[in-house]
Amino acid sequence: MDLLSFINFFLLPGIVQGAIYALGAIGVTLIYAIMRYGHFAHGDLATFGAFIALAVTTALGLSPYAALPVAVVFTGIFAICIDRLFYAHLRTFPKIITTIASFGVALMLRSFVQVVWGVNTTSYVHGITRPENWLGIRIKSHEIITLVVAVALVVILHQFLTRNKWGKAMRAMSDNPDLALLSGVDNGKVIALTWIIAGGLCAASGFFLGINTELKSVMGWNILLPTFAAAILGGVGRIEGAIVGGLIVGIAEELSVLIIPGEYKVMSAFAILLLVLLVRPTGLFRGKVL
Amino acid sequence: MEWISILNYPVYLAIFVCIYGCLAIGLNIQWGYAGLFNAGVAGFFAIGAYTSAILTTPHAEGRIGGFDLPVPAGIVGAMLLAALIAWPIGRICLRFRSDYLAIVTIGVAEGIRLVARSEEWLTNSARGISGIPRPFGDLPYAQAQLAYLGITAAILLVVYLLVERQAVSPWGRMMRAIRDNEDAARAMGKDVPHRRLEAFVLGSATMGLAGALYVHLARTITPDAIDPMLVTFLVWIMVILGGSGNNRGVLLGAVIVWVIWSMSEIVTDQLPAEFALKAKYGRMFLIGLLLQVVLRFRPQGLLPEALRKTPRDGNRRRAAEDRTAPAAGKIED
Repeated sequence: MDLLSFINFFLLPGIVQGAIYALGAIGVTLIYAIMRYGHFAHGDLATFGAFIALAVTTALGLSPYAALPVAVVFTGIFAICIDRLFYAHLRTFPKIITTIASFGVALMLRSFVQVVWGVNTTSYVHGITRPENWLGIRIKSHEIITLVVAVALVVILHQFLTRNKWGKAMRAMSDNPDLALLSGVDNGKVIALTWIIAGGLCAASGFFLGINTELKSVMGWNILLPTFAAAILGGVGRIEGAIVGGLIVGIAEELSVLIIPGEYKVMSAFAILLLVLLVRPTGLFRGKVL
Repeated sequence: MEWISILNYPVYLAIFVCIYGCLAIGLNIQWGYAGLFNAGVAGFFAIGAYTSAILTTPHAEGRIGGFDLPVPAGIVGAMLLAALIAWPIGRICLRFRSDYLAIVTIGVAEGIRLVARSEEWLTNSARGISGIPRPFGDLPYAQAQLAYLGITAAILLVVYLLVERQAVSPWGRMMRAIRDNEDAARAMGKDVPHRRLEAFVLGSATMGLAGALYVHLARTITPDAIDPMLVTFLVWIMVILGGSGNNRGVLLGAVIVWVIWSMSEIVTDQLPAEFALKAKYGRMFLIGLLLQVVLRFRPQGLLPEALRKTPRDGNRRRAAEDRTAPAAGKIED
């Protein structure tokens, strides 16, 4: 196999898939860092965001890319509502109880999508996109857009967390919630902000998953395992770790078909997860251990 | 024999209550006693179902076995294999907080579904395994159902008595001590990861047992027969609603949840066809909502875990407060 076909058939699809996982994993890692629990409804929240984008596309006849910002903002606000309704009152309980509640929220979100949009597979645009050819590297336009938007979102998030007052407050609360509270950080507002960011990124990951493959009600549940594997591989609580972890998991999935049957592709994320827990539970970037 | 066929539906319902009762007790060992979040209940259930099916069916072309063993051997095999698969998972995950166990058990359930789907030599992939024997299966339908109810009820009773015995034994006390204060238990010299592993393996074996009981009832198994999210979730809501840490509570939860779940199906089947399919997902939504409502208004469940001793005056109020806290233990950082 020559280098070009390696890039075209394995590396590029892996990077695109990895970018999708990374967007989800950033949310998982942020929620863990600020609120200290694993959020299992993350995959189904991504499905929800993707279908909101579909609803906007079909109702207004817009291009799917115009629907993306709407879906991101809507899902972000929706995530705050979920938190207020189902998680907020559990804050004084052991954190694992909230994880169980999020498992229930995952079922509710998925059933909601199935009732409203049905269980059949659908897509944003019909027909096949022809790949563009750049010096032998074949890449489709929606793949380019996925990567550009993912990089833009990550840069904006990084600037926000390092420059903005609220971004710094988020990092402070991640490091030490009690100290942050004593220093005058409003924990409630930081939590709401976290949900907006995590929910928005989640919708983006669901949208790009939908535009690169297809839309179905269980697609979010299916990316939950790779998303968590990415967050844990990068180091829980580390945003740069979630990005690197997402890319590694995505590329490993695409490369795994070289050695294992294609049906078991999704199991490579599972293998990575077990390996990380066994060898280096803090992850590549020395994150927290749950 | 008209009178006996009137009983058909209640008997069918009761058999499933017994099977789910086994699953709920298995989860109660893991969550109620040890505070372990197993999100792959359906996976261990499926392992049990497939193992017993392969062990007890007559020889078949194109797949492993069947070994034509008696049903009890199939049930024992189901429990053993479920335990054997739980062991390495527990070894890796139980050193950490239960979130890791949850995500890994989701992966296990997913992996088992993939294996059932794609490994023709093992599970006959999509066509599944059929012709699974059933004890007293030669009797007429109604009597056979009654006989099977007798068997499942007897097995459930044995499981219940054994687990109850285990819970009041020093082992049970030690498990609760680990769950409620891991650091103190460790300071007293308890090997926490090892004890958690015991609870995880024991609970998984009980789930495998439930899988075997299911497969000898259904007499056929395909990869899509077990909806992973649905089965796992129904068992979870049974345990949380009934009262985690209390075996009578989780059995009560199994009765309530399964009766609601099956009865609501009768209602939605009356709807016109275009709504009937959507109604199924609507029912799943309501089950998810039920969990949120229980966690909101009665986190300790209907029958909370009973504390055996009345503490002395000063501690009485604090113990009463403890009792209303969910039986989860302080396993966060």
